[in-house]
Amino acid sequence: MSTDHHIKLPEGSIEKTTTTLNLGPTHPATHGVFQNILELDGERIVSAEQTVGYIHRAFEKLAERRPLYQITTLTDRLNYCSSPINNMGWHLTCEKLLGVKTPKRVDYLRIIIMELSRISDHLICNSVMGVDSGAFTGFLYVMQYRELIYEIYEEICGSRLTTNIGRIGGFERNFNATAFEKLERFLAEYPGVLKEFEKLFTRNRIFMERTIGAGPISAERALNYGFTGPNLRAAGVDYDVRYHTPYSSYEDFEFEIPVGKTGDSYDRFLVRNQEMWQSLHLIRQAYRKVQEFKGADAEVYHADAPAYYLPEKKDVYTKMEALIWHFKIVMGETEIPPGEVYHSVEGGNGELGFYLISDGGRTPYRLHFRRPCFIYYQAYSELTKGAMLSDAVIVMSSLNLIAGEMDA
Amino acid sequence: MSLTNEIIKEKLIGKFGDQLSNFEEPYGLLGFEAPKDLNLKVMQFLYDDPELRFQFLTDLCAVNYPTLPGRELAVVYHLHNLVENVRIRFKVFTPVEKPDVFTATQLYSSANWMERETYDFFGVNFLGHPNLKRILNVEEMDYFPMRKEFPLEDQTRVDKDDAMFGR
Repeated sequence: MSTDHHIKLPEGSIEKTTTTLNLGPTHPATHGVFQNILELDGERIVSAEQTVGYIHRAFEKLAERRPLYQITTLTDRLNYCSSPINNMGWHLTCEKLLGVKTPKRVDYLRIIIMELSRISDHLICNSVMGVDSGAFTGFLYVMQYRELIYEIYEEICGSRLTTNIGRIGGFERNFNATAFEKLERFLAEYPGVLKEFEKLFTRNRIFMERTIGAGPISAERALNYGFTGPNLRAAGVDYDVRYHTPYSSYEDFEFEIPVGKTGDSYDRFLVRNQEMWQSLHLIRQAYRKVQEFKGADAEVYHADAPAYYLPEKKDVYTKMEALIWHFKIVMGETEIPPGEVYHSVEGGNGELGFYLISDGGRTPYRLHFRRPCFIYYQAYSELTKGAMLSDAVIVMSSLNLIAGEMDA
Repeated sequence: MSLTNEIIKEKLIGKFGDQLSNFEEPYGLLGFEAPKDLNLKVMQFLYDDPELRFQFLTDLCAVNYPTLPGRELAVVYHLHNLVENVRIRFKVFTPVEKPDVFTATQLYSSANWMERETYDFFGVNFLGHPNLKRILNVEEMDYFPMRKEFPLEDQTRVDKDDAMFGR
């Protein structure tokens, strides 16, 4: 072919040699409202700039006028794939500030709930990785079991996604027989499902080729970027809040902290899968411990903290004292002691921290959420530099980014 | 070897003398206050010292105290030594008229967005930050919404006479 067919441009007229591509904010492959402005050289990513904040709802500001128990509903909406962990983290923060000691049974019940929600969180993340690499089946298949987890929540707190589960000091009601029945069903059926899920992906050649080496990070860089949770562990650092700063009696349990090596998308996937097995192990232990409580102990589901724990409705209607406490709590007559507390829990995607400053009023003076994915998402441009455009999507889903948490 | 709050405190006082103040241990977490010009020096010392090794920045945020003249804004750092599993918290205070604080981005890459967020909501001007612009709010915003001068309506207020809806 002769050169006449080429377009002739005047000398020096091409200033830009890269293509700008807007990935998001409402791209079907971005799972939430994320915008990425990618600079592409062909299909290679030269640089990526993330824009966040599309669903910012000013939770920290709203929390400044709410009494403690009303802030629980705000925490639901952070990481909505595992809202019970956020709820529990918030209750534990309040309990630390108020000096409320929870009974062991409450701790164990909480662990059951927290580990269930960790499973549902990891399940979403890992199966969505499958969707992004072209395997839809796994996603639909495991959805049934997320549904079962949600049904367990439903038995305990009445709602599914934004759970508002538990109260400061314990739960609003005891687990009923149906909840335990469903939990048993889950424990019996889920291992087989998870095994099959792993069979679909772990040694799947397409999946491996898409994920191995996609978005790797070294341990040093991950620490410097403030990575926590499975993403940090995939880089080989065995930091887990459950083990290092036990809360809710995690010290009574045996579990392993799975770690990866290269910190790439495949390792992140594997670490999450391993964590699901560990969560199952934890739930089994906790359930066994819960069953050991007999007689009156088996009915304990909250701490004895009348000044902060909303009494049961039937007591409010029939007992004077319960009515007084109910009135005091709802009207905001119980003051929070002044203090400053930082408490963190191992959330679905990392260390979820609550920094609460109280000046003695009815509401927090300042509340700050340490949102893990907000902090580690800034590494995205480093993770995708030099990668292919298709990797941009898989790296994003492997990081377990939750828009609600990131934007608070 | 275990790193206790006493050792950290001694080391810090040995290095910086009485420039650091307000040592406290609420709920077992060592906290102190540093002059704002020293924030980087303190952090660098905490980072480099072979025993302290606070090399993980857990959290960075600001608090607004409009009632403290000259100390209206506090920047709070939570640092973590992952090897010994010890956390500390330190604060620097800055007047609201000139809210300049040195950036920690050279030490911790994670500080980048956390400082942008702090700037976005409180207007703390991080000197030396590579890209200090709003992150969660719209860029056209011309105020800093988390400051206490923008109050939310108090649900328990009593001054509002609204017989119909009764507060």
